[in-house]
Formats: sequence, structure tokens, C-alpha cells
Amino acid sequence: MNGYGLFVWSAFAFTLINFFALYIIINRQLIKENKKFELKFNHLEKIKYTEAYKQRTNQVLVSSNAAQKI
Amino acid sequence: MLNKIFEILKMISLSKLTRIIVFTLFVIFLTLGLLESLLLSPEDYIQSDAVRIMYVHVPAAWISLGIFSFIAFLSLGIFIFKNKNFAIIAKSFAPSGLVFNLIALVTGSIWGKPTWGTWWAWDPRITSMLVLFLFYILYIASWRLFENDKAAKISSLVAIAGFVNVPIIKFSVDWWASLHQPSSVKILSETTIHSSMLTPLLLMTAAFALFSVLIFLMKYNIELIKIKTKGLDRL
Repeated sequence: MNGYGLFVWSAFAFTLINFFALYIIINRQLIKENKKFELKFNHLEKIKYTEAYKQRTNQVLVSSNAAQKI
Repeated sequence: MLNKIFEILKMISLSKLTRIIVFTLFVIFLTLGLLESLLLSPEDYIQSDAVRIMYVHVPAAWISLGIFSFIAFLSLGIFIFKNKNFAIIAKSFAPSGLVFNLIALVTGSIWGKPTWGTWWAWDPRITSMLVLFLFYILYIASWRLFENDKAAKISSLVAIAGFVNVPIIKFSVDWWASLHQPSSVKILSETTIHSSMLTPLLLMTAAFALFSVLIFLMKYNIELIKIKTKGLDRL
């Protein structure tokens, strides 16, 4: 890198570390909120459960458990 | 009509497949971008290998500016259409915008040392990027400090006020004496950067854009789940 290695590598490393950190933080939040939702949904009374399950977004959230994957 | 579009967006963002596709594309573009920018692209005849910092600095600055402009545009939508979905989308874009702004400032500082001989200068473009960073912090803080509707309104006002800074960033190099050079990549006229340097720049920009979409999808999911969890309480 003609003597500029420290500058170049630190700039790229800073970028990638930030990507990784942001991804981890957001993914953790997603898993946490998904767990909260599932816990509440599974503890609903039967009538409320049926009512809640009619909503399309709820169906997707319950069936996918999307947070854990990517 | 508007609600139908938001419903489609909800379903797309909740789909695992969408995130897998965006993540895969991000990895591909990032790998190609890193290969091009660190190994295949030539060194600059004046800056030598220090020019490689451009491949992370410039895309990060572009994306952070683009995201803030989009947030401001969506914030206008909140007042015009009185639709909360605009606010949720805008809020979900903010974290990646803030991180890209930080990357632009820090990598710019790292680039400044070997090229200008200083880590920081109160140059018009650097200062206006710092102002943008403060607006990002204000925008995110207003979501945390206020409740629901008030938070949406105040954060939108912050975004609209902050948008005034966007053209200042863009034209600061033309309006005032600046350490930064004028734009080399232009949309309306001929680009003055060689293709061997433009290719890694565009690949890295695509990778950064895909990463911001990925973070947006995840954050948007979080916001949707929060709303749905609140909804279960009201049943």
C-alpha cells in the first residue's frame, strides 16, 4: 500500500466493524421483539387468539418466526 | 391506494425470502467491491494507495445524504397524507443513515491525514456533514424522547428542517473555498473519473445501498412487531 496501509486498512476496518455492529444490534432487537410478540400471542385466551389470528400480519409473524434467520 | 402500497410493503418486509435475497446480494456486491477497491483498481498518481479510502468514504457520504433526503421526503408525506406509515418507514431508515454518516466523517478524517496533513478541518463540506450527523441524532432522539403522534410530528419537523442542509453539503465545494475537489461523478454531464476507479466506487455504493435496505427491512419489522404487540393488549 506504499506506506498508506495503516490509513487504508483502518478506514475499511472501521466501515466493516460498523456494519457488523449495526447488524448485530438490529438483529438482537428483532429477536427480542419477536419473542415478546410470540409470548403474548401464545398466552391469549382462545377467543382473543382466534380474533388476533384473523389479521394477516399476525399470521405471518406467528408462522414465520422470521427474526432468528438473517 | 396508499394503504394498499403500504400493505404490500409490509408483506414484502415480513418475508424471510426478501431479507435472504437482499443479504445475498449485499454479500456478493461487497465481495466484488472489496476485491476491486483493494486489489484490482489502480493507485492514484498523486495520492497513491491512499485513494482507496475513497471507495468507502464517498459511497457512505452518498448513502447517508440519500437516506436523509428520503426521510425528509417521507416526513412531508406525514403532514400531507396524515398517514402514520410514512413515519414508520422514515424511522426505520434512520439507524443506517446515521451509521453511514459516521463512517463518512471518520473515514474522511482518516483520508485527510495523509492527503491534507490533518485529521480535521473546519472545511464547509466537513462541517455541513457534521451538521447532518447532528440532525440524524436529533431525529432519532426525538423518537425516543416523545410519545407516538408527538414523536412522529417533531421528528418530521427535524427532518424537514435538516433537509435545508442537504443542498449546502452538495454545493459547498462550489460556493466556498474548500479542501474538497468538485464532483467527479455527475448525473447530468460527463463523469471525470476513469472507469477503473468508477467500477469499484459503484460496486461499493451498490453494496452500501443493499446494506441500508437490509437494515431498513429488519428495523421496519421491529416497528411492525411493536405495533402488533400493542394491538394484542387492546384485544
